[in-house]
Amino acid sequence: MADKSSSSAYWAANLRVIWISLAIWFACSFGIGILLRPALSGISIGGADIGFWFAQNGSIYVFLVLIFAYAVKMNKLDKEFGVDE
Amino acid sequence: MDQFTLNLIVIAMSFALYFGIAIWARAGSTAEFYAAGQGVGPVVNGMATAADWMSAASFISMAGLIAFGGYNNSVFLMGWTGGYVLLALLLAPYLRKFGKFTVPEFVGDRFYSTSARMVAVICLLVISITYVIGQMVGVGVTFARFLEVSTTTGLLIGSAVVFAYAVFGGMKGITYTQVAQYVVLISAYTVPAIFISLSLTGNFIPQLGLIGGYAPTGGETYFLDKLDQVVTDLGFAAYTADTSNMLNMFLVTMSLMIGTAGLPHVIIRFFTVAKVSDARISAGWALVFIALLYTVAPAVGSMARLNITTTFWPGAVQGETFSQPALSIAEIDSNPDLTWIRNWEKTGLLAFTDRNGDGLIQYFNEPAPLTAANKAVADANAALAAAAADADKAPLEAAVAAAVTARDAVLAETNLGGRSLAEQGFVGNELTTVNNDIMVLANPEIAALPGWVIALVAAGGLAAALSTAAGLLLAISSAISHDLIKGALKPNITEKGELLAARISMAGAIALATWLGLNPPGFAAQVVALAFGLAAATIFPVLMMGIFSTVVTKEGAIVGMLVGLISTAVYIFLYLGWFFIPGTNLLPNTPAAHFMGISPAAFGPIGALLNFATAYLVSMMTKAPPQDVQDLIQSIRVPKGAGAAQAH
Repeated sequence: MADKSSSSAYWAANLRVIWISLAIWFACSFGIGILLRPALSGISIGGADIGFWFAQNGSIYVFLVLIFAYAVKMNKLDKEFGVDE
Repeated sequence: MDQFTLNLIVIAMSFALYFGIAIWARAGSTAEFYAAGQGVGPVVNGMATAADWMSAASFISMAGLIAFGGYNNSVFLMGWTGGYVLLALLLAPYLRKFGKFTVPEFVGDRFYSTSARMVAVICLLVISITYVIGQMVGVGVTFARFLEVSTTTGLLIGSAVVFAYAVFGGMKGITYTQVAQYVVLISAYTVPAIFISLSLTGNFIPQLGLIGGYAPTGGETYFLDKLDQVVTDLGFAAYTADTSNMLNMFLVTMSLMIGTAGLPHVIIRFFTVAKVSDARISAGWALVFIALLYTVAPAVGSMARLNITTTFWPGAVQGETFSQPALSIAEIDSNPDLTWIRNWEKTGLLAFTDRNGDGLIQYFNEPAPLTAANKAVADANAALAAAAADADKAPLEAAVAAAVTARDAVLAETNLGGRSLAEQGFVGNELTTVNNDIMVLANPEIAALPGWVIALVAAGGLAAALSTAAGLLLAISSAISHDLIKGALKPNITEKGELLAARISMAGAIALATWLGLNPPGFAAQVVALAFGLAAATIFPVLMMGIFSTVVTKEGAIVGMLVGLISTAVYIFLYLGWFFIPGTNLLPNTPAAHFMGISPAAFGPIGALLNFATAYLVSMMTKAPPQDVQDLIQSIRVPKGAGAAQAH
């Protein structure tokens, strides 16, 4: 078991990764997909405006990339702090 | 070979496969029964989670909801996928590190209280049982349509199948069966979508077809623009129109997201992997397999909407919607490609009536004043018909004439395609019922695809409903045998006894779900709102506080869960009736009557906030959690030393 100070540093680093990821999660779905759609209606992706596309397809792709990026980042953190399995 | 025989063969083959796998993967221990012995790799686990998660609602209903709701119903697409981000980041790795089998077990240990565990068991049972009813009904409808048996018989066949492989196989059998079910359901969903996208947009990738050009007119107009034009011609709102209530759309999406992260049968999937890092990546793999269906669904919905509209208005394909007359009844009865219309009419999920007697079926969005005027005419005629033979009919006849005059005035001032309805001889919308749920199942028939594709879709619908039902039943049985019996009533039960109890409670749960499926208390889609709202307001907050807070006490957790459960249930019952019994609602379920425009399906996040707030408030006033609980919290936050799950 890692000592107390390094495990609390690990937890702080973990929380930072979570906050950044959640900010992206919120921005692509609730942000572009819902709240900002009227403001961004001039931008289009093929036959759809960007808000419509993010609400129906785009945010799902972002979610996917987000989870895998998070898993990779956390595996690196685990090793760095010596808490990997 | 006729369509019925083909359906039968494909469905029988898929069932033989599921049974074979269940026998091969029989569970021998409680660890195998509850968590498949923790020996499942992340990719296989992700695929099984995807099948477990994608229910009859995802497979059968969602594309239809999008087809008729357009942009507004994007809430299902974002809500039912975004929850996996929350699972991967906030719950899965820590619960796997905790290393036991059930959600209530975590709640009981972290909040050092058997009472907290029992409250969690109650929340879990309410969520899972309401959810499983929807699956059983889905099985019944699919069997009824494709095997041409009654809905009751369909439901009983479905229950027998679930019983056979879930009770004997446990989590191990269910996991490997779900992998097979995933393959069946995803092919059933994407194959017709590829065919249809190719014919409407010339692009065989449906996701690109959605934003591509409309092929029948050379691809110069975008497909979505074409769809917007066709539906607005008929008086409907544009497909891509903005939402009228942004707050409600925001809250519904949030409710579905945190509800997903709080569904017990989804969470237990992350107990089945070998390591903490596998739990993180498993959520990613689950979303890969879910995204395959969810990114295709908008294409399926929008293309089905255009296809069904152009079926009834053939002129809309090439040029203007009204350049050719509407579809004729003679055509419906003579064209072999249109037999689906009569077939679905038999189920009552599609209905049409020739109100102006011209032999054509005019489909358009009937404005409310016209609906009211038509109803007045029908009521006046009914009164006249009901009058006694010797009664004075003159006033009644005058009333009919007055109603007809009023209706004709409405017809003269309502325009459709630039001309008044009176001028075109229309009396009202003649395609009176198109149920959302038929869009996916009827899609291959509407697009005139080969018979084997239709049979595959039937097998896919069954796979989606059965795999979810099995996962839910497992969550229910483990809550009863592991948390209720072993955790509270009879702690000294042997492993063999517990396994038997798990199987008996699963059989009991199937019997209850079948009975509720046969006697649904007057609701169908509403249960989804309840299940997600409750999961969002109870399980998700209590798990979050258990992992991310060191100060929340057992009293805080218990009061918080109860506040979340009761506030959300009461808000839903206010609009949908107490326990969904029709007619017992205190307020009408209309946007005008909703508090600040918040629909019952959108209340989950508010219930969750109430849960968090009361839990913290109560924790401030009660004794802090003891040291061994503090140690437990520190231990689940670090991946090192996860090892195998501890059964005892």
